[in-house]
Amino acid sequence: MTNLLDVSGLRLDYGRTMAVKGIDLAVPQGSVVCLIGANGAGKTTTMRGLSGLLKAAGGTVRFEGTDITNAPAHRIARLGIRQVPEGRQVFAEMTVDENLRLGGLQAPDAGEFQKRRGRVLERFPRLQERLTQQAGLLSGGEQQMLALGRALMGAPRLLLLDEPSMGLAPLFVEEIFRIIADLKREGTTILLVEQNAQAALEIADYAYVLESGRITLHGPGARIADDPKVVAAYLGGH
Amino acid sequence: MLSQQLVNGLVLGSTYALFALGFTLIFGVLRVINLTYGFYFSVGAFVALWLARSLGASIWIALPLGSLAAGLVAVVIDGILLTRLRRTKAGELPSLMVTLGAVLALYALMAALIGTEIQRFPFGFVGSTALEFAGVRVSLVQMLIVGTAFVMVAVLFLLLQYTRLGLMIRALAENEDAARLMGINVDATVVAVSFLSGLLGGAAGVLIGLNFNAIQPFMGEAMMLRGFAVIIIGGLGDIRGALVAGILLGVLEVLTAGYLSSNAKEAVGFAILVLTLWFRPVGLFGRAQVKRA
Ligand SMILES: Nc1ncnc2c1ncn2[C@@H]1O[C@H](COP(=O)(O)OP(=O)(O)OP(=O)(O)O)[C@@H](O)[C@H]1O
Ligand SMILES: [Mg+2]
Repeated sequence: MTNLLDVSGLRLDYGRTMAVKGIDLAVPQGSVVCLIGANGAGKTTTMRGLSGLLKAAGGTVRFEGTDITNAPAHRIARLGIRQVPEGRQVFAEMTVDENLRLGGLQAPDAGEFQKRRGRVLERFPRLQERLTQQAGLLSGGEQQMLALGRALMGAPRLLLLDEPSMGLAPLFVEEIFRIIADLKREGTTILLVEQNAQAALEIADYAYVLESGRITLHGPGARIADDPKVVAAYLGGH
Repeated sequence: MLSQQLVNGLVLGSTYALFALGFTLIFGVLRVINLTYGFYFSVGAFVALWLARSLGASIWIALPLGSLAAGLVAVVIDGILLTRLRRTKAGELPSLMVTLGAVLALYALMAALIGTEIQRFPFGFVGSTALEFAGVRVSLVQMLIVGTAFVMVAVLFLLLQYTRLGLMIRALAENEDAARLMGINVDATVVAVSFLSGLLGGAAGVLIGLNFNAIQPFMGEAMMLRGFAVIIIGGLGDIRGALVAGILLGVLEVLTAGYLSSNAKEAVGFAILVLTLWFRPVGLFGRAQVKRA
């Protein structure tokens, strides 16, 4: 099996506090891998480490076999690792269209850019209707669509999704998971962080459980979903 | 009389606006207060002066090259002073201290090299012709100043609004991490911002030098006080605000000098500054709460 992303012994800290304490994880080409864990477990920290926003304190990250540990974030993005950050982080003062243009800034030419834009707008008709609207005025769900659309404008070879359903109304949560399922069907490789463990484990080929900066359990999605500890801690079981 | 004062005020105000624009641009994007900015103003004026006096350059050569030189100096000095502050997100106060120390050293160096006496452009550098409409005299220098300021402001607007670089600069100003996730090279974009701000500051220096025909190393210092007043009155980092406040300040200064006394004119900026901070601390155009962590 070829792994698109290979992480080994990755450590990340904020000054003196070690938030991620040496984790191994692999994301095979074409699969959806999910990372679940309680608040403060280190999921966002891991994602920020993978996208280069945070410098690693140790360990290695390989993308298609190339060492990208501590490569600058813009280079990682240009390699095709695109992150939808926690809390969406759309450019609130810019229009929807400008946000999409920023996502597609690295497209090789205008033709390719237009092709990507067409596909994104087809996938998100709501964005099409609001192209000239200021992004900060969109609803939370629409902003999440925009954040996803913006990442897709980068033609991601690996999509890093940090809690895409956070704080959204049930209808939007459903829509987000439907989109993730579509992307999976189209062959997009995804690393998904979710609080909504139930839905995430249903869609994931493989899952990791993160507790206080360490991977404590991993395995195929379905098996993790049946694990009694996971059921008790994350799936609201009794 | 009044309409003549208004024209003179508009001319002065347009250089203030140009100057403040570069200052607010660098603050808006980098979130640092860059006191060395006033030095770029002096650099622009002196390079233009040197070109005019030593090489006999015309204003059409001296103005662009003076501005360009100031832009390049800004890239180097900002690169040395601000890179670390920016990377460690040091914030306003450390950037204030570092750039204050640096700018004092830079002025002292400049004064040591070229002296502190006031220097002037060669006679007839810009023709002394003037137009008169209804008793209002507008000199060639004044037209040149307003025209240059207008063109530069318009070009900056178009650049920020419609070009790829402008899009990247605005993205960086709004959310640095998100900008990096778009594949934007922050360091390279910052170099472009430093260059643009130095260019604006340098051009303002040449224009003010022309307006008063008096050039001296510390001219940037006096200008910085106005620059501060203008960007605070206009709202920190706000481009429209800097424009309006710059022109307003120029007009009020000229009116004060004309109708009260020319000594009182220095106080005008600070009077409006205090009133602004009292009644509208976010500035004329600033918004109350910026959505930024
Ligand atoms: N900027 C920061 N500075 C210092 N400590 C931080 C910072 N960000 C996160 N931490 C700490 O690092 C640990 C991991 O945080 P992280 O945000 O990665 O958790 P998470 O799993 O994403 O949680 P959540 O589900 O709430 O999003 C926490 O203990 C947190 O307090
Ligand atoms: Mg998180």
